[in-house]
Amino acid sequence: MNAASLAPLAVALPFMGAGLTFLLLRHPSAQRFFSVSTLALTLAVELILLVTAWTSGPQSVSIGGWVPPFGINMVVDELSSLMLVISTCVSLAVLVYAAGQGMADGDEDGPVSIFHPTFLILVAGVSNAFLTGDLFNLYVGFEILLTASYVLMTMGGTGPRVRAGVTYVVVSVISSMLFLLSIAMIYAATGTVNMADLAVKLGELDGSTQMILHLMLVVAFGIKAAVFPLSFWLPDSYPTAPAPVTAVFAGLLTKVGVYALIRTETLLFPGDRINSFLMIVALLTMVVGILGALAQIDIKRMLSFTLVSHIGYMVFGLAMGSVLGLASTVYYVAHHITVQTSLFLVTGLIERRGGTSNMDRLGGLARLSPLLAILFFVPAMNLAGIPPFSGFLGKLGLLQAGVDLGTPLAYVLVAGGVLTSLLTLLAMARVWNRAFWRTPADAEHPDPVLLAAVPDRAPRGEHIVPAKAPAVALKVAAGKAPQTTSNVLPKSMVGATIGLVVLGVALTVFAGPLFQLSEQAGLGLLERVPYIEAVLGPGAAEGARP
Amino acid sequence: MTVNITLLAVMGVLVAVGVYLILERSLTRVMLGLMLLANGANILLLSTGGAAGLAPLYRSDIAPEDYNDPLPQALILTSIVISFAVTAFMLGIIYRSWVLGRQDEVQDDIEDRRVRNQSSFDAEDDTAIPVETTEFVPEDADERPAGKKTKQRGSR
Repeated sequence: MNAASLAPLAVALPFMGAGLTFLLLRHPSAQRFFSVSTLALTLAVELILLVTAWTSGPQSVSIGGWVPPFGINMVVDELSSLMLVISTCVSLAVLVYAAGQGMADGDEDGPVSIFHPTFLILVAGVSNAFLTGDLFNLYVGFEILLTASYVLMTMGGTGPRVRAGVTYVVVSVISSMLFLLSIAMIYAATGTVNMADLAVKLGELDGSTQMILHLMLVVAFGIKAAVFPLSFWLPDSYPTAPAPVTAVFAGLLTKVGVYALIRTETLLFPGDRINSFLMIVALLTMVVGILGALAQIDIKRMLSFTLVSHIGYMVFGLAMGSVLGLASTVYYVAHHITVQTSLFLVTGLIERRGGTSNMDRLGGLARLSPLLAILFFVPAMNLAGIPPFSGFLGKLGLLQAGVDLGTPLAYVLVAGGVLTSLLTLLAMARVWNRAFWRTPADAEHPDPVLLAAVPDRAPRGEHIVPAKAPAVALKVAAGKAPQTTSNVLPKSMVGATIGLVVLGVALTVFAGPLFQLSEQAGLGLLERVPYIEAVLGPGAAEGARP
Repeated sequence: MTVNITLLAVMGVLVAVGVYLILERSLTRVMLGLMLLANGANILLLSTGGAAGLAPLYRSDIAPEDYNDPLPQALILTSIVISFAVTAFMLGIIYRSWVLGRQDEVQDDIEDRRVRNQSSFDAEDDTAIPVETTEFVPEDADERPAGKKTKQRGSR
């Protein structure tokens, strides 16, 4: 009995919570209480797992006592436990945010009571995908989280959501089919689906077979991770979902794909055969993604494009194939989950305060709500990689890894990384200038409510009387704004966002130990032996030594 | 390991037809395509088990080679359940799309069209600076936003 045998709880607890909240469909407050406390408990378990993995390396648990490679097993190593902790922190914040939104709006639009069980199932699927040491179980984990995400994506069943949901479901199912086909081929070639066993046996196949299997997995995970030529589904489908749902999708779903890519590249198919290919893909993902972001006028769509673009950084580190590259990727994934989710949550708040997330209609939010401005500014600068934030540290590690590699392609990639960082800053500055800094009157199609709420020429103490503005604007201008503010920005929503922004800053403050952990994870990923021996027992990894 | 060519040929046909249907614009056909694709994948999984053998119930007098490989069947069972759930969801979404818009076709993204039709002229950066830059409030103060716009247009 060691601490790692708690690992199945990280999957089982959210599932049990989902069942419980499903039973409590008619009792929203009990539902909220149980779902939040379930996730908090899960987080506690995962923290124990993280400490265990950090101090004593990778450990494996066999489900039902079936000895690997025959049964399903779960592996807790530095990478998986770090991903678990970060993802659960983010999910917890999003859950509190969503619960706050539900309370403020009285759960009116759509069958929101289904949100809590579905959300917990999503978390269970994500945990399962991170923990599993079995390729087919990874497929099951993906399917759990995807099926939950289909429901969340189309929640309410409005026209735009159904339209976006169709694209999303079809693309996800196709990528899952590719994954299933490659599992079938891998099983035919090796006779096992245990990842540690595969790590030994795949190396014994001849080169061309390995290449086919490798590329099939990379394409399947590439769709899920939204890597460049396979990323067009993402900016189309994410922004239509409700704000908390988009936030958790942006934070977690693509990162599970990235995690699977990392495992494929390091554990299953080590070596640098497709590294130059990955470098080109990373470059295109970064640059094309961020150029797409600059063309957007809707904040949510713009953020979806930056999400695609920054996946490129993670592939960048992976393609380097060095300890520093992998360590930076791990750190960058942790940073990006937190920051991207908090930006989407803030956008949800902007939408509530300003009435829209369309930049042509927004303006003057910095004066209207200084707290909102700070909440946007910190993660935005973090994403753009301004020192001293964690985005800067992660990018610095990646650039260093690129320079260390020293090939011409690596230098091109370094240049592309710097360019993307600058363009991200430009995209963020555009949002800042348009939504927060200018007066609403300067907006292309100013929102009448905003025009009335923000005194245009405050220094002169003159208020513009909205003579022809709609009645709602009159109400706000007539001094009813203070009462509505608490309803527009409920404490728990703002609190959850603050928590996530603070977590993003904490990743900077504790960057030393965190980067050390990432480095340990990167080293373990490259070495492979500790992982394989943890699953199959000492001496099993003789054929897998690099 | 023996390979069953018939199974593989059937799998190939299923996947080919599935891909063809997914490329259609009607959602119902797309869903049928996904189902065929899933069945193709299942048959491929089945064929990885090798030649048919005895049911894998342990008896001491049967040689291990005579048993069937149970693992692919367990995998197929799982994937059938998953594709069942996804198909049910797809049907629900298609029905919803029919209720909302009386069509079961993949719809265009309006936002994509907007970006495509965007002119290269950016009002914020490219507008000629208006001649009149006075900070005094014009007489028609309550109509200022609209009034300002027309004045700019006039000055260009």
